[in-house]
Amino acid sequence: MSALLSVKNVRKTFGDEIVLADISFEVKDHSATVFIGASGSGKSTLLRCINLLEQIDDGVMSLDGQEITAVDVDPDQVRRRLGMVFQSFNLFPHMSVIKNITLAPIQVHGIPKEVAYEKALALLDRFGLREKADQYPDRLSGGQQQRVAIIRSLACGPRLLLLDEITSALDPVLVNEVLVTVRDLKNDGMTMVIATHEMGFAKQVADQLCYLHQGRILERGTAAEVIDDPKEPETKEFLARVHSAGRL
Amino acid sequence: MSAPDMADAWRPSEEELARRQQRRARNRKNAAIASISSILVLGTLIVILVTSPGWISLRDTFFKWAYGVEILPKVLLGFGTNVTLTLIAGTSVAILGLGLALIRTSRSPALTPFRFLATVYVDVFRGIPMLLVILLVGFGIPALQIPGVTNSVLILGTIAVIITYTAYVTEVIRSGILTVHPSQRAAARSLGLSHFQTLRHVVLPQALKRVTPPLLNDLVALIKDTGLISILGVTDAVRAAQIQTAKSFNYTPYVVAALIFLAVTIPLTRYTDRALRRSMEAQNAQGSA
Ligand SMILES: Nc1ncnc2c1ncn2[C@@H]1O[C@H](COP(=O)(O)OP(=O)(O)OP(=O)(O)O)[C@@H](O)[C@H]1O
Ligand SMILES: [Mg+2]
Repeated sequence: MSALLSVKNVRKTFGDEIVLADISFEVKDHSATVFIGASGSGKSTLLRCINLLEQIDDGVMSLDGQEITAVDVDPDQVRRRLGMVFQSFNLFPHMSVIKNITLAPIQVHGIPKEVAYEKALALLDRFGLREKADQYPDRLSGGQQQRVAIIRSLACGPRLLLLDEITSALDPVLVNEVLVTVRDLKNDGMTMVIATHEMGFAKQVADQLCYLHQGRILERGTAAEVIDDPKEPETKEFLARVHSAGRL
Repeated sequence: MSAPDMADAWRPSEEELARRQQRRARNRKNAAIASISSILVLGTLIVILVTSPGWISLRDTFFKWAYGVEILPKVLLGFGTNVTLTLIAGTSVAILGLGLALIRTSRSPALTPFRFLATVYVDVFRGIPMLLVILLVGFGIPALQIPGVTNSVLILGTIAVIITYTAYVTEVIRSGILTVHPSQRAAARSLGLSHFQTLRHVVLPQALKRVTPPLLNDLVALIKDTGLISILGVTDAVRAAQIQTAKSFNYTPYVVAALIFLAVTIPLTRYTDRALRRSMEAQNAQGSA
């Protein structure tokens, strides 16, 4: 089976800072690829590059066999096939939950309003948020907001979901409800690329785990290989620090 | 959120009842203090004014009510011009200001010259007293004697007001657009919304909501400033009052005109205050969420 997403030799710099030096990996359909790494190691930047929110400085990326880094590719077309969830939720504060979810299906995909609403309500129902449909985001808990953001990114039926540290802004108690949601999606066969600091969660969902260090993938393998039996000294040191911070 | 099925037998405790009692008593006391102090202060001011030596002549020159009622229809008729002008200028300014703000905040390379021109325009007309713009446009343009161009001081005066206020309003709307956090754009774009859709559905609604109070402020200022075009000889409320005063050497018409302006601007100012408070509460709620 060929890869859904393929990233080859991607490089990204901000001024003099080389954030991504040479990144290559592939994501198979229905698999979850997890990135771990210190703060500032470039996890968010990588996801933003895949979503074409940042322009890369070198390398090639393809989605579903189509090269998305080609100059004549319309970024909007690519983004329609991707879903992205951010650390800070980024719900639209001036819209109710249901409007947040149906904005893109109606405006971008031209789905009739009733159909979009029905589908959104079904998704809300599934994740236990049906009664929040008409609330505004500022009336929801952080965990609820993040779950709405996940539903919003699902509403257009993306081929691939990009999750950027979606639990780092949450209380420990709320983290779990969001992680359960992601695990459900994984069981449904959703393809995902995830950046996270939650090692326990990484172990549960990752088919492929990559440790990002100074712009390179220093170590990769199954979650058990990388987390329980790291080979590189940098990986060991990072995991030791995570461990002492109580995240493992 | 009320829960109608909550049939538990909750009744306020003794402490709560006592607290409510105390709160009611305190509110009554505060209201009493506020009324007494207001009556005392205002009463004193009125007594000082009325007993002062110039009071009689002041009253006859500025507050001759019978005369005021007599000329009221004329001044009101003039005020109709101010209202019409405010409506026309207000609408034009809103549309032009929004357009210029969008140009100023766009990054499209095709718009570069327009962005530059918009910046120059805003800088220039925010820096000139509006009275000068009115004089330049109202008297200057007819002096050019260009065929086909209107000589109507009413139209030229309105254009001058629009030119000046568009410069202010552009900046207010632009600042509103800039305060919408970039992550909101990123979220919208990541959903596949185009640049224009992002602007229309995500950025502008939030920006305009935030700048509504300052824009209402500008509307109050606009109503007053329409009076400035009386300098061109347009018969608005100010000019109508001036004509009456010139006839009678009594200043009551000016006071009447002032009261008419106040009748419109005070409710609007109160409303603006309320809108501002609501918008600040909304933002605080967001910040704490
Ligand atoms: N728009 C930008 N302009 C300049 N530098 C940037 C920009 N975005 C990110 N960077 C830099 O790129 C580096 C990587 O940032 P990134 O946000 O990708 O890290 P991260 O791995 O997601 O970190 P964290 O775990 O803290 O979220 C940082 O040093 C950051 O300062
Ligand atoms: Mg990050």
